[in-house]
Amino acid sequence: MKILVCVKRVLDPQVKARVKADESGVDLANAKMTMNPFCENALEEALRLREAGVGEEIIVASVGGGKTEETLRHGLAMGADRAIQVVTEETLEPLAIAKVLKQVAEQESVGLVLAGKQAIDDDSNQTAQMLSALLGWSQATYCSEIKIEGDKATVTREVDAGLETIEVKMPAVMSADLRLNEPRYVKLPDVMKAKRKPMDKIELDSLGLDTANRLTTLKVEEPEGRAAGVIVNSVSELVEKLRNEAKVI
Amino acid sequence: MANLVIVEHDNNEVAAATLHAVTAAQQIGGDIDLLVAGENCGAVAEAAAKIAGVSSVKVADDAKFGHHLAENLATLIVEVAAGYSHVLASATTFGKNVMPHASALLDKAQISEIVEVKSPDTFVRPIYAGNALATVQSSDSIKMITVRTIKFEAAAAEGGSASVEAISGGTDTGLSRWVSQAVSNNDQVDLTSAKIVVSGGRGMQSGDNFSMLHSVAEKLGAAVGASRAAVDSGFVPNELQVGQTGKVIAPDLYIAVGISGAIQHLAGMKESKVIVAINNDSEAPIFQVADYGLVADLFEAVPELDAAL
Ligand SMILES: Cc1cc2nc3c(=O)[nH]c(=O)nc-3n(C[C@H](O)[C@H](O)[C@H](O)COP(=O)(O)OP(=O)(O)OC[C@H]3O[C@@H](n4cnc5c(N)ncnc54)[C@H](O)[C@@H]3O)c2cc1C
Ligand SMILES: Cc1cc2nc3c(=O)[nH]c(=O)nc-3n(C[C@H](O)[C@H](O)[C@H](O)COP(=O)(O)OP(=O)(O)OC[C@H]3O[C@@H](n4cnc5c(N)ncnc54)[C@H](O)[C@@H]3O)c2cc1C
Repeated sequence: MKILVCVKRVLDPQVKARVKADESGVDLANAKMTMNPFCENALEEALRLREAGVGEEIIVASVGGGKTEETLRHGLAMGADRAIQVVTEETLEPLAIAKVLKQVAEQESVGLVLAGKQAIDDDSNQTAQMLSALLGWSQATYCSEIKIEGDKATVTREVDAGLETIEVKMPAVMSADLRLNEPRYVKLPDVMKAKRKPMDKIELDSLGLDTANRLTTLKVEEPEGRAAGVIVNSVSELVEKLRNEAKVI
Repeated sequence: MANLVIVEHDNNEVAAATLHAVTAAQQIGGDIDLLVAGENCGAVAEAAAKIAGVSSVKVADDAKFGHHLAENLATLIVEVAAGYSHVLASATTFGKNVMPHASALLDKAQISEIVEVKSPDTFVRPIYAGNALATVQSSDSIKMITVRTIKFEAAAAEGGSASVEAISGGTDTGLSRWVSQAVSNNDQVDLTSAKIVVSGGRGMQSGDNFSMLHSVAEKLGAAVGASRAAVDSGFVPNELQVGQTGKVIAPDLYIAVGISGAIQHLAGMKESKVIVAINNDSEAPIFQVADYGLVADLFEAVPELDAAL
């Protein structure tokens, strides 16, 4: 079974996002970027499936311009076999991204698509579900455990009430939660090897898809901050303040 | 304008989160209809009809909707959505799972986790773990929306008298099958609606030590929450996680114990009215958002707090 892993380049999770002065968006110039953490979980799972003999070739794909290739190289260094960059300088919405990824999944005849449950920049939490709908494949989101046997998979999902287990028919689209696995570290020889792995580039325009955005961002602003608080010196002072000043207990 | 709100429920009761989505629909304006899809969910439909401000409730009672599997439920939403300008659901794992699937089938964008309605086509939503707020305008004929519950008051659960109409439709896609659900402890106070939350982090050191927090929580009528580090370390189950990738809550009082205050944790609790931090590192970032900070060893401070209550 071929596996497609969808990966996104995002602002490093340790970096605090800064809004641009003209309120047009978040300032990413010279910011440290990484592979979206959930996408690393998705890729790690694909690698483990291959190690377990369930997966064969692993393709990492990303839609984006500029330095998206760097993120794909990281995926290759983790262990993916080859990479596909769908090149565009536009910022596409999840629906458009899903349309593009559908085409890639079909062209490559994959049997499983793994994605992150959400990208930590736009926090949309949509792409995998949309891709499942467009492909007409089973959907398993927020996975913390995946077991694939033949044409079925048993998946444990992290939901608000706890853990839900479902069984899905393959092919399927699955989205990874952070507790699915611990992504491996990349070693220097892997980075060197990754440089020689195949990287296909496809121009978005050549796909002939309707990827027009439906939303216009009117402005991006910083949320109101919280006023500075006080340091109390003892538990009794804390309790007194909560009772008489904040009146919350 | 006409709004359709997808009701979240367990075939017995309407989930509280839905009441917040109804309020968002009220702010958009126009009629509000509800869609209840489930199996043997008559009681839910009756309760839904009593929610204030609702015109009608459509009920699809069918085994294929019993466990709200996204593939089946989305086909029904697509059929019903045709008559509406706005389709809303709460931004819970229920809404987040099914709404994008339905949106894609309709070839519509989804506007995730709105926190404010500016006008019927313009909404505010947080991005970058809440470190930025984007105002977005939609050009779609049907606006597909999930609602961040903490930013909209709950609509009154009583007082309405909507009509109830049974409908059929939707497809059994046969793609997924529900197997089981593990619910850890449902006699505790619900984290998402609790007025007071006591949360523990890696500083708690073990799951056993969480009993200290449970004791304080019991005295305050509070729910217990946790950081991702506490969940990852196996101290507590995943449904207690507060944060960007866990639950987003805004209680009147949030007590963070042994939690450093990472961006991703703050994303889930910084809208709380009053924040207390107990941490032995005076440099911990949690103190920057705390109204009351106590620099102390939690293993001394928490028992003391317990005794003082
Ligand atoms: C300046 C700026 C302006 C923006 N304006 C808008 C706007 O007007 N409207 C709007 O909706 N969004 C806007 N965005 C956000 C951008 O469009 C989103 O990043 C994109 O829609 C994907 O959403 P997401 O990453 O949150 O998806 P999610 O659904 O959260 O992503 C989940 C998973 O999908 C996969 N995935 C997501 N994106 C890709 C990709 N490019 N390639 C491969 N796999 C991927 C990954 O596996 C990822 O983990 C803007 C962003 C910026 C920086
Ligand atoms: C993509 C992504 C998503 C994430 N999502 C979430 C999320 O949803 N929720 C979340 O919480 N995190 C999330 N995280 C993780 C987050 O970045 C932090 O790693 C995590 O919140 C740290 O948890 P903590 O504060 O419990 O642990 P630590 O950062 O290790 O902090 C422990 C604190 O306890 C204090 N302490 C230790 N011993 C004592 C003592 N005896 N008395 C008093 N204080 C003590 C220490 O001083 C320290 O400040 C996410 C990370 C990523 C990359």
